Amino acid sequence: MKKTNTLSKSIFKGILILIIAASFYSCSEKDSKTLSMSGDEASKVYIEPGKYDEFYYFMSGGFSGQMSVYGIPSGRMLKVIPVFSVNPENGWGYTEESKPMLNTSYGFIPWDDAHHSELSQTDGVPDGRWVFINGNNTPRIARIDLKTFKTTEIIEIPNSSGNHSSPFTTPNTDYVVAGTRFSIPVENRDVPITSYKEEFKGALSFIKVDKTTGRMNIDYQIITPPYDYDLSHSGKGPSDGWFFFTCYNSEEANSLLEVNASQKDKDFILAINYKKVDEIVKGGAGKEMSTKYAHNIWNDETHSATSTMINTVKTLLPEDIKGAAYYIPCPKSPHGADVDPTGEYITAGGKLSTVIPVFAFSKITKAIAENKTDGEAGGIPILNYEACLSGEVKDPGLGPLHTEFDGKGFAYTSSFISSEVVKWNIETKQVVDRIPVYYSIGHLSIPGGDSKKPWGKYLIALNKMTKDRYLPTGPELTQSAQLIDISGDKMRILLDFPTIGEPHYAQGIPAELVTKDQIRIYKIEDNKNPHAIKSILDARVERNGSVVHVYFAATRSHFTPDNIEGVKLGDTVYFHMTNLEQDWDIPHGFAVMGNNNSEMLVMPGETCTLKWVPSRVGIMPMYCTDFCSALHQEMQGYIRVSAQGSDVPIKFSLGDEKKE
Amino acid sequence: MNKQNSSILALIFIITMISYTGCGGNDPELGIGPVKEIKLEPAINENLVATGKQIFDMKCITCHQINSKLVGPPLKDVTKRRKPEWIMNMILNPVQMVQENMIAKTLATSGQYPTPMTFQNVSQDDARAILEYFRNNDK
Repeated sequence: MKKTNTLSKSIFKGILILIIAASFYSCSEKDSKTLSMSGDEASKVYIEPGKYDEFYYFMSGGFSGQMSVYGIPSGRMLKVIPVFSVNPENGWGYTEESKPMLNTSYGFIPWDDAHHSELSQTDGVPDGRWVFINGNNTPRIARIDLKTFKTTEIIEIPNSSGNHSSPFTTPNTDYVVAGTRFSIPVENRDVPITSYKEEFKGALSFIKVDKTTGRMNIDYQIITPPYDYDLSHSGKGPSDGWFFFTCYNSEEANSLLEVNASQKDKDFILAINYKKVDEIVKGGAGKEMSTKYAHNIWNDETHSATSTMINTVKTLLPEDIKGAAYYIPCPKSPHGADVDPTGEYITAGGKLSTVIPVFAFSKITKAIAENKTDGEAGGIPILNYEACLSGEVKDPGLGPLHTEFDGKGFAYTSSFISSEVVKWNIETKQVVDRIPVYYSIGHLSIPGGDSKKPWGKYLIALNKMTKDRYLPTGPELTQSAQLIDISGDKMRILLDFPTIGEPHYAQGIPAELVTKDQIRIYKIEDNKNPHAIKSILDARVERNGSVVHVYFAATRSHFTPDNIEGVKLGDTVYFHMTNLEQDWDIPHGFAVMGNNNSEMLVMPGETCTLKWVPSRVGIMPMYCTDFCSALHQEMQGYIRVSAQGSDVPIKFSLGDEKKE
Repeated sequence: MNKQNSSILALIFIITMISYTGCGGNDPELGIGPVKEIKLEPAINENLVATGKQIFDMKCITCHQINSKLVGPPLKDVTKRRKPEWIMNMILNPVQMVQENMIAKTLATSGQYPTPMTFQNVSQDDARAILEYFRNNDK
């Protein structure tokens, strides 16, 4: 009896434990963080120490103004490339050579809001030569050379304001475009804001890219009605020669846009046949408008930038390009304008729309040929919605934003409000899979996902908010990227990792397309910087009035010279440092105590100049900031600062040799 | 120890020796690197001397002087101290030389020259020209 009692007690206890365990289990199953994890994710993102990732990923740094580079699938950050923002870490924007890169018609701007990275393409496929990125705030486009991972060109966009719809390119990188987010008066002038509908215009800039050098030049601007241009993409295949720009605020509101620009059921995609516009321009159309914008170019041989101010731009009005521009109605405040790998389908994410419209290029051209229009806007014909439509994707999630493609017949759309990625079949328009992301996804990206041949293995969700995903860091939290495996029928989350700034958009490319042309050093023989010294025999300190030039060299592990005397209060000192190393991964840094400027890093074979205005009398140490060798700590020296009017002569030395 | 054992030991010894030489440990006086043997004309080639001096002044002089010690050894009479193959291999392959060549390693670890020599992106022709510059200094 007693035994039975014990047994039934144990059975009871066992059942109780099971119930409790089951309830815990069902709780943990509801926990969003463990959803979809099946156990072998870690091995799919694990890259053995010393091994390379399969893809480079170039992510916009958002409000940091820079671009970050990650290895995928590991999610390891490889580099932050300074673009629009100064970077005291290496001297970008602080060295005399790099300052012109941040020059604009507004003067020196130390910051911007970087949004969309865009790889150059050949035959509609990313080629690994350059990556472009737009500055949204003070309208600019930068080009980064992937041989050096350095920003080598920045062009300002006049008549534009909020360069958001940018810098999307064509299948052979003939153009990058810049559609304005804000409409403003063209040319900008003092008018009442309430004159918006009459005085404001939206400029779309077509920037020609040189096939060999990558050099950008504004070819022309199309001046359109005062809508807000959001994103764009060029056509390809059958639609090659066209650009598709989404726009919102067809209501032409100038205040409380979240309400006033959300009134109409449909806004527009503006379809532009730019090859036809090219012909029209060649025929002499367009007007040269006086304006002002900066064009900044970095030279890898002089290791310095030049900034040129340009005073004119060619503008075209809708009546100049008749037959080359059409509005396609599109629900509702559309964001992405995305063209599938075949070039036949154009889709747009309407932020407030309950469907994703998919337009067929063949139907658009048919609608144009048969003149199926519903009026016009600002002199541009509006095509009939249904005539252009291939179909609508129903139930695409709340707030569809941006779509990319896997090259296997599927499209993937980010939905901001419902925080999910929705996979759908391009032909049938049926949703086939969906996966939650954490949280509030903006863009998404598949390597080559906007090109003719996507590498459809991974998708990266670029999330605006992370809330509880990581250890908390006070009120300001990181944004994130989430890596999703799209190789099978069902999407699977593999990894998430923090990003710098807000990763608006990113593009990826197989690593070997970039690594094959990497530069390891700058050849000292080719250094054409006017302040370079190619031998320590030329090291010297020169006074010119109250300006002192120090021409010196760095090598492991000393500066030549490393003792400098004769600098006085009231002087401006320019340190022209040449790194005479010719070995990979041996930059030298340079810093002076109390310099109200920055440090600088100088790559092997490069010359950089750091300005210093001494502010007190005394001995000021200088040293190498980038750990270069076993005796890096010994790589140091002194500068003697004497009182104004003192008679200490210029003197410099290394070791026991003194020179005057 | 029986006969079989000693022949196995001998074999192991031979294999070990071969593998050591395979690692580049053959003649320490020739050094380790791309230059295995070099035939020099007795006469100095003046054009080569000029090229060699130009490269030396750009890429080497920041650490090496001819007559005095800076970071590396003074190079006066280097062609009398070292074989030409060793000098060229030191220029072309300094990292491996300092780690594996007994002469270079001793110089680096003796405390006299603590900063290891680095590669300065010179070609074999460049190294040959620098050697000629040294020969001219030492004649």
